[in-house]
Amino acid sequence: MTSIPAGRIIRFALLSLGALMILAPYIFMISTAGKTQSDIFTSSLALIPQHFYFAENFAKALAKVPMATLLWNGVVVCGLIFFFQVVVAIPCAYAMAKLKFRAARLIMVLVMLGLLVPIHATALPLYVAFDRMSLLNSYTSLVAPFTISVFAIFMFLQFFRAMPDDLLHAARLDGMSELGIIARVIVPNAWPAVTAFAIFSVVAHWNDLYWPLIVVSKQAYATPPLGLMYFRAAEAGDDYGALMAATLIITLPLVAAFLLAQKRFVEGITMTGLKG
Amino acid sequence: MSALSLRDLNKSFGGNVVLNGISLDVEQDEFIALVGPSGCGKSTLLRVLAGLDHADSGDIFVGGRDMSPVAAADRNIAMVFQSYALYPHLTAGQNIAVPLAMKRLSHSQRLPLVGSLLPGQREIRTGIARDVREMAALLKIDHLLDRKPGQMSGGQRQRVALARAMVRQPSIFLMDEPLSNLDANLRVHARGEIVELHRRAGVPTLYVTHDQAEALSMADRVAVMIGGNLLQLAPPDVIYNDPAHIEVARFVGQPRINILQAQAENGRVGFEGIRLALLEKVASGPVSLGIRPEFVKLSPSGRSGLAGRIERLEFLGSEVIAHCRLDASGEIVIAKLAPHEARDLIAGMPVGVLLPAEQAMIFAPEGRRLRIADVAGARQEPAYV
Repeated sequence: MTSIPAGRIIRFALLSLGALMILAPYIFMISTAGKTQSDIFTSSLALIPQHFYFAENFAKALAKVPMATLLWNGVVVCGLIFFFQVVVAIPCAYAMAKLKFRAARLIMVLVMLGLLVPIHATALPLYVAFDRMSLLNSYTSLVAPFTISVFAIFMFLQFFRAMPDDLLHAARLDGMSELGIIARVIVPNAWPAVTAFAIFSVVAHWNDLYWPLIVVSKQAYATPPLGLMYFRAAEAGDDYGALMAATLIITLPLVAAFLLAQKRFVEGITMTGLKG
Repeated sequence: MSALSLRDLNKSFGGNVVLNGISLDVEQDEFIALVGPSGCGKSTLLRVLAGLDHADSGDIFVGGRDMSPVAAADRNIAMVFQSYALYPHLTAGQNIAVPLAMKRLSHSQRLPLVGSLLPGQREIRTGIARDVREMAALLKIDHLLDRKPGQMSGGQRQRVALARAMVRQPSIFLMDEPLSNLDANLRVHARGEIVELHRRAGVPTLYVTHDQAEALSMADRVAVMIGGNLLQLAPPDVIYNDPAHIEVARFVGQPRINILQAQAENGRVGFEGIRLALLEKVASGPVSLGIRPEFVKLSPSGRSGLAGRIERLEFLGSEVIAHCRLDASGEIVIAKLAPHEARDLIAGMPVGVLLPAEQAMIFAPEGRRLRIADVAGARQEPAYV
């Protein structure tokens, strides 16, 4: 066997170090979830718990937090947001990428502007509007502001631009309407882009605390991060072991989903040119 | 009545004229090759015809019916694309079935799940499957029907694309450089096959290519398009032997025609020893004289003909191409010789270049062909310079 070149070893070491730094908080969270209260508050910092207290902490977390409701809310909100984002963004991106119409430039400018305006800027007027419509504490208020994603439009736009025009010409000659082309030609070939966007969208909204904190005040509609906050404020106090166990449960679905879809995700990112 | 008539089609992108008053008639059963260098507007013309693009002005008639208000899908025009444009997510069989499904199944019958429950669709689907199998058998792709385009070779994809275009029995067949993505061997083979399929189907065909050999070998008539203008539409032998424009003469024929500077004076053209009487009056001044390489002869002794020197010899097996530079003008003259004629030639040697006067074609400065009054008049001069 040939020896591994030094350059590769250095590169590998640097990458490992970077990965370790990024993973450190998560590892520490796992460790804390297995510690007793007295372990956590010792002055020394140990990664391995002295007494394995995982079962007790998880039991506490599950008992004190309506975990099923939180996870269900998370699934419903993220699912609805993702669904509407795709339904809106795909036809829009298709039209901008492949159809010639006068307003195309104007819409492009609007999309760019949309990318520049953060949710925090529009939060207050949106809150007032939802309040007037008596829609606070509902799935609608959690989902509606995010149904049009300029990021999704932008990402699909890049992907669709790379699709050959001849394919669309062939579809038109075969008798498809523009909507038919979207349903029968664009969508079946856009899976890599949709998968990549799914990860961005779901991660962002699953972990979002800012917006749910504004429009939701009842636990029945709380998304996972919001539920955790209630838990910390009301129940756990300083019971960090149980809190970390609850956090672990909430982050697990995302970690599992990413690991399962990792290959398609990377494929989608490289194909849409969203590298780096 | 022609199967297809184009009347004075014009189109420009920005200030760029892509189609300049194109008029063209295609008869039933006819195979017309539309040939020209890239960017001459031939692909745009096909797209306008298919309804994928719109002309700024002009009319299109298919079987006497005005096509301008008819959408692309309803024109019953089939097209084969250079990239084949097969749906990547469907198998070959499903690809071929798409145009039939779009035509025969109603909107609700095409819906997933719900559609399969509606009455009548089962019979239609069996009919479609039967037609797809027949078309596949005709093109010998039966064994590929379950494969996706990504799993097929270029030649196989090209056949599937042909099958998809032919299966719905179109009234016009358009092909946009369908062979240019194939390797050279396969291309020559596929040429013959497409002509054969055309004979059998009898559908008027417009075939776009930038390869003049492909156009001459396949078509009943060749339309030469250059810079958005349709310069000549004629059978292949006329295009080659009797070009109407200097660009046509230049574009068609391999190696390219020799174009030499000559002078027109008092209705006669003079070039070295050649004197040709013109049929029409032209202003005195420079004109172009064209002679195809196969008519040029070389005299190794250098005693007859124009003095020149062989710069380069290309041996091509059945023929030898000699590039000669004329001593007087410095112009290059290409001669296409039989191997036995070239036996004594070596690069660098001086030769006499013989140009037969009766094979010369004269072109006006703007490119138009100028007819020669009578070859007999020319013959009174020495036949070879």
